[in-house]
Amino acid sequence: MPGMAKPPPLTPLNHRLADPIPIPPPKPFQSRLRHPSSRKTIYDRNLSRTQTTPTSLPAFAYLFHALITHHHSQSGSVSDIETRLNRAGYPLGIKLLDLLLYRQQTATQRPATRPTRIVELLQFIHTTLWRALWGRTADALEQSTTKRNEYMIVDNEPVVNTYISIPREMSQLNCAAFVAGIVEGMCDAAGFGMEGVTAHWASAQGEAKGEGQEVEEMWPGKTIFLLRLSEEAVGREEAIKANGG
Amino acid sequence: MSYHLSIIGTLDNPLFELSFGSSKQGGDGVAKFRPEALYMNQFLVHAALDLVEEVQWVSKDLYLKRIDSHQNNHIHCFLTGGNVKFMLLMNPDPQATTYSAYPTTPASRPGTQAGGRQSGGATGTTGAGGMLAANPTSQGTEEAVRAFMNEVYETWLKCIMNPFYTANQVVTSPVFRSRVLAAGRKYL
Repeated sequence: MPGMAKPPPLTPLNHRLADPIPIPPPKPFQSRLRHPSSRKTIYDRNLSRTQTTPTSLPAFAYLFHALITHHHSQSGSVSDIETRLNRAGYPLGIKLLDLLLYRQQTATQRPATRPTRIVELLQFIHTTLWRALWGRTADALEQSTTKRNEYMIVDNEPVVNTYISIPREMSQLNCAAFVAGIVEGMCDAAGFGMEGVTAHWASAQGEAKGEGQEVEEMWPGKTIFLLRLSEEAVGREEAIKANGG
Repeated sequence: MSYHLSIIGTLDNPLFELSFGSSKQGGDGVAKFRPEALYMNQFLVHAALDLVEEVQWVSKDLYLKRIDSHQNNHIHCFLTGGNVKFMLLMNPDPQATTYSAYPTTPASRPGTQAGGRQSGGATGTTGAGGMLAANPTSQGTEEAVRAFMNEVYETWLKCIMNPFYTANQVVTSPVFRSRVLAAGRKYL
C-alpha cells in the first residue's frame, strides 16, 4: 500500500533471526592403510626390543659408510659434510629422548622425570644416551670457563668412527658430527634451544696444540662435542635458579 | 561423560584429535557434546596451553594433572619428553554446558540427558565411570586419567619411532586411533 515503508533491508543485525547454518556432521573415518600379510603393524612391536638385542656394528658401519659417501658426493667441503651429517642425526635425538624416558620408567617402576635444568639434561646425555647407544658412558663432561653457554662432552673413541678413515686433505672432518646431530636433536626436543653441537678432534691431527702428548697418543680418536646453548635457554636457567628452583 | 583428546605438537599445532565417551556404567562410548563443542573444545584446549607452559618448568613430572577448568569442562595434561602435549578435556555433563554467557539454543538432544544422569546416579555398583562423572576432581579420576595417558604415551612412542615420521607431523594412522579408543574404553 502506498505510504507504508518498505520492510527493512536484511542487515547483519537481523540476520540472527534467519536459520543458523547447520554444521555438517563429520565424515566417517575411512582407512587407506595397507597391511602387511602378517597383519602386524609398528604398534605391535616391543619398545624395549633393541635394549635386549643389540644391533651389529658391521651393519651400522656399512650404513654409515654409505651415508658419508653419499654426502661426500653431493658436496665437497668439510663443513658442508659435517652439516649434512648433523642434519641426518637430528631426528634421531628427538625420538631417543622420549624412548629413553619411557625405558627409564619401565625399568625403575617410578614415573620418569623430564630434565628441566641444564645440568640434568647434560647428565642424561652423558650417561643414559651414551649407554643406550654404545653400552658405556661418555668420558667427561665439562663446562667452559670462558663462555657461559658452552659445555663439552668428551668421548675417547667414538664408536661411529671405528671403520672410518679420513684422507689427509680432509683431516678436519670428524664423522662424529652424526652423533653431534643426535645430541642437538635431543637438547632441542627437551626445550633447550641450541645454537649448535659440533664435534672436534681433541688431538693435533696436523695442528700444533700441545697438551699432554702421552694422553693424545693413547686416544688418537678423542673427540670433543661442543654444545652451545642459546641465549633463551641460559636466561631461563638463570630465572629458575633465581626463583630457588 | 564425554572426552576430547587432543595431541598438540611443539609449534602449538594439533597433531591428533579424538572425541569419545565413557564406556563404563552402560555408556556407549560415543561423545555426547553439543554442536558448539566442535570448535569450543579446541578453543578451550588451546587456551589451556598457556597454563601448561607455566607449570612446565616448575614440575619435573610428565603427568601434570588437572590444569584448567571452564564451566563444566576439566582439562588434564600429559607432557612428553619431546614437548608434545596430550590434553584431555572431560565433561561430566556435556548437554548442560552452555559455552556463551547467554544460552542461545536449548539443549539440542534432550533425550540423551537422561543417559548422562544415569551414569552419574547409579547406586548399586560404584564403577569408575560412575565415580568419574560424579566427582571429576577426585584422586580416583586422576589415577584413571594417568593410566590412560600412560597407554597413549606408549602408543605415541611407537608412532614416533617410525623412521618416516618427522617431528610435528599430523598423525593419521587408523591403528593409532583404534589403540587410543581401546585405552579410553579400558580406563575412562
